[in-house]
Amino acid sequence: MVGMTKRKTLFWLGVFLLPNLIGFLTFIGAPIVSSLIISFTDWDLLGEMQFTGFENYIRLVQDPEFWVAFRNTFLFILGYIPLVLIFGLACALLLNKQMKFRAFFRATFFLPVITSWVAVSLVWKWLYNPEYGLINYALSTVGIDGPMWLNDPDTAMIGIILTSAWKDIGFVMVLFLGGLQNISPSFYEAASIDGAGKARQLWNITIPLLAPTTFFVTIISMINSFQVFDQVMIMTGGGPGGSTVVMVQNIYNHAFRYFDMGYASAMSWALFLVIFLFTWIQMKYQDKGAN
Amino acid sequence: MAMESSSKVLVYRRVRAEKSKPRPILKKVLFYLLLIVGASIMLIPFLWMISTSLKPSGATMVLPPEFIPNQPTTQNYEQVTQQFPMMRFLWNSLLVAVLTTIGQMIFSSMAAYAFARMQFRGRDKLFLLYLATMMVPTQVTMIPQFILIKQFGWLDSYPGLIVPTMFAVFGTFLMRQAMLSIPRELEEAAFMDGANHFQVFYKVCLPLIKPMLAALGIFTFMQSWNNFLWPLIVISNQELATLPLGLSLLQGRWSTDWGLMMAGVVISVLPILIVYLFAQKYFIQGMTMSGMKE
Repeated sequence: MVGMTKRKTLFWLGVFLLPNLIGFLTFIGAPIVSSLIISFTDWDLLGEMQFTGFENYIRLVQDPEFWVAFRNTFLFILGYIPLVLIFGLACALLLNKQMKFRAFFRATFFLPVITSWVAVSLVWKWLYNPEYGLINYALSTVGIDGPMWLNDPDTAMIGIILTSAWKDIGFVMVLFLGGLQNISPSFYEAASIDGAGKARQLWNITIPLLAPTTFFVTIISMINSFQVFDQVMIMTGGGPGGSTVVMVQNIYNHAFRYFDMGYASAMSWALFLVIFLFTWIQMKYQDKGAN
Repeated sequence: MAMESSSKVLVYRRVRAEKSKPRPILKKVLFYLLLIVGASIMLIPFLWMISTSLKPSGATMVLPPEFIPNQPTTQNYEQVTQQFPMMRFLWNSLLVAVLTTIGQMIFSSMAAYAFARMQFRGRDKLFLLYLATMMVPTQVTMIPQFILIKQFGWLDSYPGLIVPTMFAVFGTFLMRQAMLSIPRELEEAAFMDGANHFQVFYKVCLPLIKPMLAALGIFTFMQSWNNFLWPLIVISNQELATLPLGLSLLQGRWSTDWGLMMAGVVISVLPILIVYLFAQKYFIQGMTMSGMKE
């Protein structure tokens, strides 16, 4: 009897778990392991796979192209994260009360989030058009001679950052709205009895109590922005003059344009390491801040 | 944008006015003005996209720009659908997104049932392994995945587009969280009545996690619908391109015909926009959950 039920349990376990487990091992587990192995080889997909030890990683550290992409990605993050945090929080604060058209405004701010990066990038490329784009036209009406935006190495990254922030503000807003709901109204009541104004309340109650959400938003924005790719690919393709080449684009080029699988794999592990390191540093910093 | 800057000046004046004499009416006006400025910044690119797509080819590159087309025409839509297989892209995107979503929902909720409601040796260790892989970015797995798909002979095929994306660990993680919250008594009662695991899963558990399952479905659908990198890697035959990839091909061909390009973009944005209007709540929920990913 016991044997029967055991066999039955095993049967059901197979039914429920196996399809997913096989898929997981085939498309996630095995690729992670093989990627690590490939990163120690020289392989162009066609010829023999040659083991080269740490050569790819040594080449990586010495490759100026890698560091340019690293710097560009880092610049992107430095511009993008403050923008989405500040404006995401501002939108959340505006929408965090009972008012008319609340649902409409929330839906509007969220609209870019559901649109694909490719679509957004194409529309903004048109907006940034130096001659006929809407942005430079708007600037010209107030007497400013607009920049060349995506065509100028000095402003191309700024253009990509602004577009990316515009797309993600609604997402960050929704996360902050969730955080704001968790702050008990009693804090504000106590503060206004003590005579604290709105600005004081924002600075002394809302922002400190939102810290966990802010931390969480910062981490996921950072992880996502290290993987920035689509908008760069569509808006500039890495140009002009390599001023917007980012890390994932390097991986893509080496893997699927030059078929340098070993080097591309090593680059992808470098990306993992960078993301891991930055996340770890932030966690550490967060722990210290909490004590 | 012109409207925006003028309203910014207005806001500034309001701020100064308010500093001297705080009046609740002014406060309210300022508040709504800020919201309207924000909403305009979000909406203008979309409106500009639609406006451009409706202009005849001579009217896009003019100064000052026509905000509302003087002679609106659907010629861009006709041209882009005739010269480019836009409807084909639309169909590919739909097929890929629907199948990916269905697969993801079925496989992850079933595995989640095993992880959350069944006892077996090594269960927690196996789940920990699942979780650990979530830290690894997709860029690491995409190269071996590509090689695998090539070995299977799935390059330039629907299975190549669909199958590898159905097993995202995030779905299993999310469904397991939802299943853990179901009280034991419910399934015990069902087992007493002679139900088997499948009946408990289908009749007891699934109905209880429906909102989470719906949110996962929306999230997966959107991810798949908007995915660019994976189709870019596995598809080289234009007939099999999804919308994002198709748009990038469109850009390669007509990089300066903005009316035509915007018509293509509108076609790609419209379907998800319509779904969004009806299922807004689930969209926001689904996307917020994606934040839980790391």
